[in-house]
Amino acid sequence: MRTAISTLELIEPRSLKHALEVLRDSRPVVPLAGCTDVYVLLNAGTPPAGRYLNLWGLDVLRGITERSGTVSIGALTTFSEILRSPVVRRRVPILAAAAREIGAVQIQNRGTLGGNVANGSPAGDSLPVLAAVDAVVVLRSADGVRRVPFNGFYTGYRKTVMRPDELVAAIEIPPVPGRQWFRKVGTRAAQAISKVVIAAVRAPRPRIAFGSVGPTVMRAPRTEAVLAGGGSIDEAVATLGAEITPIDDIRSTAEYRRRVACNLLRQFWTETA
Amino acid sequence: MRFVLNGREVDVKAHGMKRLLDVLRGECGLTGTKEGCGEGECGACTVLLDGQAVNACLVPFGQVRGHSVTTIEGLRGRHPLQRAFVTEGGTQCGVCTPGMIMAAAALPKGATREDVRVGLAGNICRCTGYEGIYRAVRKAHRARPTAHDSRPTAHGSRLTAQGSRPTAQGPSRRSTRPKSGLAARRQPPAASRKGSR
Amino acid sequence: MPTIGRNVPRCDGMEKATGAARYVDDLAFPGMLHGRTVRSTIACGRIRRVNLLFDPAGFTVVDHRDIPGRNVVALIVDDQPCLAERVVRHIAEPVLLLAHADRERLIAADVDIEYEPSEPVFDPLHSPKVFKSVAIDKGDVEAGFRVADEIVEGEYRVGHQEHVYIETNGVVAVPENGGITVHGSLQCPYYVQKALCVVLGLPPEKVRVVQAETGGGFGGKEEYPSILAAHASLLALKSGRPVKMIYDRAEDMEATTKRHPAVVRTRTGVTRAGRLTAIDVDVLLDGGAYTTLSPVVLSRGVIHATGPYRCDNVRVRGRVVMTNTPPNGAFRGFGAPQTQFAAEVHMERMAERLGMDPVKLREVNAFRAGDTTATGQALGRDTSALKVLREAVKRTDFRRRRRSLRGTNRGLGLALFFHGAGFTGSGEVRLASKASLELTERGARILVSSTDIGQGARTVLAQIVADTLGLPLDAIEVARADTGRVPDSGPTVASRTTMVVGGLLQRCAVEMKRTIGRLTPRQYLRRHRALVVTRQYEAPTAATFDETTYRGDAYGTYAWGCDVAEVEFDPVTYEIRPVRVTAVQDIGKALNPRMAVGQIEGGTLQGIGYALLEEVVVRDGRMANAQLTNYIVPTTMDTPRIDVVIVENGYRHGPFGAKGVGELPFDGAPPAVANAVRHLGLDVRSLPMTPERIMMLSGQQSAGSR
Repeated sequence: MRTAISTLELIEPRSLKHALEVLRDSRPVVPLAGCTDVYVLLNAGTPPAGRYLNLWGLDVLRGITERSGTVSIGALTTFSEILRSPVVRRRVPILAAAAREIGAVQIQNRGTLGGNVANGSPAGDSLPVLAAVDAVVVLRSADGVRRVPFNGFYTGYRKTVMRPDELVAAIEIPPVPGRQWFRKVGTRAAQAISKVVIAAVRAPRPRIAFGSVGPTVMRAPRTEAVLAGGGSIDEAVATLGAEITPIDDIRSTAEYRRRVACNLLRQFWTETA
Repeated sequence: MRFVLNGREVDVKAHGMKRLLDVLRGECGLTGTKEGCGEGECGACTVLLDGQAVNACLVPFGQVRGHSVTTIEGLRGRHPLQRAFVTEGGTQCGVCTPGMIMAAAALPKGATREDVRVGLAGNICRCTGYEGIYRAVRKAHRARPTAHDSRPTAHGSRLTAQGSRPTAQGPSRRSTRPKSGLAARRQPPAASRKGSR
Repeated sequence: MPTIGRNVPRCDGMEKATGAARYVDDLAFPGMLHGRTVRSTIACGRIRRVNLLFDPAGFTVVDHRDIPGRNVVALIVDDQPCLAERVVRHIAEPVLLLAHADRERLIAADVDIEYEPSEPVFDPLHSPKVFKSVAIDKGDVEAGFRVADEIVEGEYRVGHQEHVYIETNGVVAVPENGGITVHGSLQCPYYVQKALCVVLGLPPEKVRVVQAETGGGFGGKEEYPSILAAHASLLALKSGRPVKMIYDRAEDMEATTKRHPAVVRTRTGVTRAGRLTAIDVDVLLDGGAYTTLSPVVLSRGVIHATGPYRCDNVRVRGRVVMTNTPPNGAFRGFGAPQTQFAAEVHMERMAERLGMDPVKLREVNAFRAGDTTATGQALGRDTSALKVLREAVKRTDFRRRRRSLRGTNRGLGLALFFHGAGFTGSGEVRLASKASLELTERGARILVSSTDIGQGARTVLAQIVADTLGLPLDAIEVARADTGRVPDSGPTVASRTTMVVGGLLQRCAVEMKRTIGRLTPRQYLRRHRALVVTRQYEAPTAATFDETTYRGDAYGTYAWGCDVAEVEFDPVTYEIRPVRVTAVQDIGKALNPRMAVGQIEGGTLQGIGYALLEEVVVRDGRMANAQLTNYIVPTTMDTPRIDVVIVENGYRHGPFGAKGVGELPFDGAPPAVANAVRHLGLDVRSLPMTPERIMMLSGQQSAGSR
């Protein structure tokens, strides 16, 4: 542990209202959910802040409900809860599939959907799913509630449209209009950071989303347009190859990511035919 | 701060941002839980939080208030897994063992070999090649339950139970799909049973 | 009831399963300080100035000027400083040591070092400094090539490997008794003691080294702990307080030793019938910045470079060279995995070239009793190359399964390999290991410096003594490996513990039994007060090995193995998934079959990791992926079923016929997996076989096998 923990401050809000007031009045402060990302940073000696806001006790931010076909998942819902949820398995099975691929059991028991969204890593495994299902991010602040389409939530590498006084409160998922498909390609078979991750929906207007092939999670609108317009899979693959912007990094290469993303697109298309 | 530790209510004073791992090993004097990486990768620090396996190196002490923590010491040497790890070669150097046993303790009784593989995927062992660990878990699951049954109170459904797979499509782990690249390839025949364990 | 050959539970199992076993970080001493190492951030250059930018209150600071003895890490060649003086030769080289009671103040202390960098050497092919070179010659290779029908050439490369013992390196140094006591996670207490005597300028009586429970070693705690122990001791002696130094995972990965990367160039001549007529191998190892154990790694590597095959005409040239990277060191296999990877993939390529069944090619050339090795050693009846090969082929129905997989996404490959047990040549004689057995009321106490690092040494050594004395296992105690208490039994390395130290203990027990006669231990002690029997190593035969010409008997015996690996290729992701590995291994005698199987399963998986997953990414002389997130070892989900078959073709001079088992399993898994990948038509010649590399190869399908 390379961070001097005693120099950090942990704020314990009495309620969600209190938490939102803290966010409004006492910045900078980093909200804590399951801590599976933040504590890696603390261990490395690169703490993101000096003050932390403990959300863990705020049960109002938990729970999975369904109303009129829309599934609402509280920000503090863990990936274990997501993969066990009958509602998720019925309505958004690719979210359960993604949850199963995140880390391993210990991480799934603590990692939360809200944390994955707020953290905004381009490799976040649930994010392509949310992109593919046109999810909506429910943001709360002391001023009220704001809903932002997930596609449009990220403005750049780890940058979001969130105001500093806002919290991710829930993710809403409207009915998904087609067969769902998900695959993560990691550095190994479990406890892996993704090299490429795809979530897709086979609908008359197909939806194709990728992680780890650009600075943020992304949909592939030009590729989707080719397929929606009746173009061949070969054309779609060529379009995809130009649409994504993978890089070389410590884990993999741009060329690998590009080729595998194209292979995944083909696999999706063939298997959902 | 009050919480339940190995079945007893305790009141421990420590900074809320301190890792649960450090509080257990330091303030609580329980050195059975080990640090292997500090990144949540190796699982050596696995403890049960409300019956669920978590990496204690990633849990701030402040989030444990009112909850229940079980460490390897809480099994009191009487859990069938402990004896089984000793007799079946589930432990060699022993440093991954406490975390491995706690993660295994959170598995449901009827876990298949595949369930065990998935359930222990967050616990790295560099010594055993995992086979001895599977043998130990299988043996323990056949043993009689003890009074100190540390299975999770919130009992989720099994990860790979029959019929509980989501309807989402995506390649199944076990099938082979002949695909492009190396041209059309046949499915391999099933491995012969000859000589297999 | 005799325990040899039975699966008696390990005697230290329950402490481990309850969390009661005490590893270094579980130990605490009154007034203890924490220690930290400040390390070089450049790969090569001079230190101009060290600036301490923190309030020194409460701190102990140590640099090279505080060294009372000689500023060297004593090992083979004294070229490595304990603390850098003026010159640094690798990133993460230790420069300064700090200690403080408050860990937070310790990590917050800011130290700025000014350097004059100079041009580092990172490519072993262009290194100006050779630590050691070795030549092996047998027969006449040129003549051999002239009579060959085919000549096959190839270059094979393997990279670093990091041990990833789940417990990192750590020690606590306690100043006491006018000297120092060091408790550590270590394999070789006497190596540490010797190194400390040199650095601290203290006699052995004043330097005590105690092994704490050790969470894995694999060679990574053979020589490295001497450095860490010296550092903690310097801080402890200067402050007068106990000092604990535990590396976190990132520091351990960046700064400590790794497996030597290798480039092996092989040229062989073979007849159409598959008979090897000439073997010519060039081995280049990257030693890192200082010599450490590189000469010995090279030695073992070149001796195993032909693979387990007979040939009248052999030339092997090996050298280990300097690069400005952290020094490499011991890691399970110790040179043999690198050269045998090359030998076995080359063998496969020869089979492909000849259009010959790879099993047949190996059968034609595998060593038999009576054949001579590259060093001219005549092999005895304990030679099992053919036996393990045939057993593995039968067990896996190799030929039929291989044919049936043609055209599918699965490949099947095999590797045949061997591993000399014990120290090379007259190494064991030079070590002059000792073991003692002390009579106790209940039975006996084993006094050896051999350490249990997970492999089960405590249990197996106790079994040998129990059975020889005719006592139950629980009558035998094993004393902690403490230089203040036990004699120097040599290091816990080289697959020697059961065979050599177990052999010494067997002799002790025979003598003890003879001495106490019909009396029980308790009766004997009533009459005679005490009985301690000590035995020292004696070479079992007159065989010799010339270390200049590399001719003679390199090892007393060899263990033999044949692995068959089945892999599956995923054409979407280019991943290679290991499906099953069958490991047939002759270890002489499995004194405790369950534990022997455990060593084989674990060593095989470590080899699979090396083959498919583990890559040390080095950028500008620094390990860039020093986190477990990015240096990946196999989880359960990456692990295939591992089937083990033990063959027992005993070594006459090993206790109950035992050879060595610790390292053999590692040698065979990487080439078996590589040859399975070759079966798919991919021309792999280097490790790791990451999906990125497989993708590049699958664009060019190899000629041959299918």
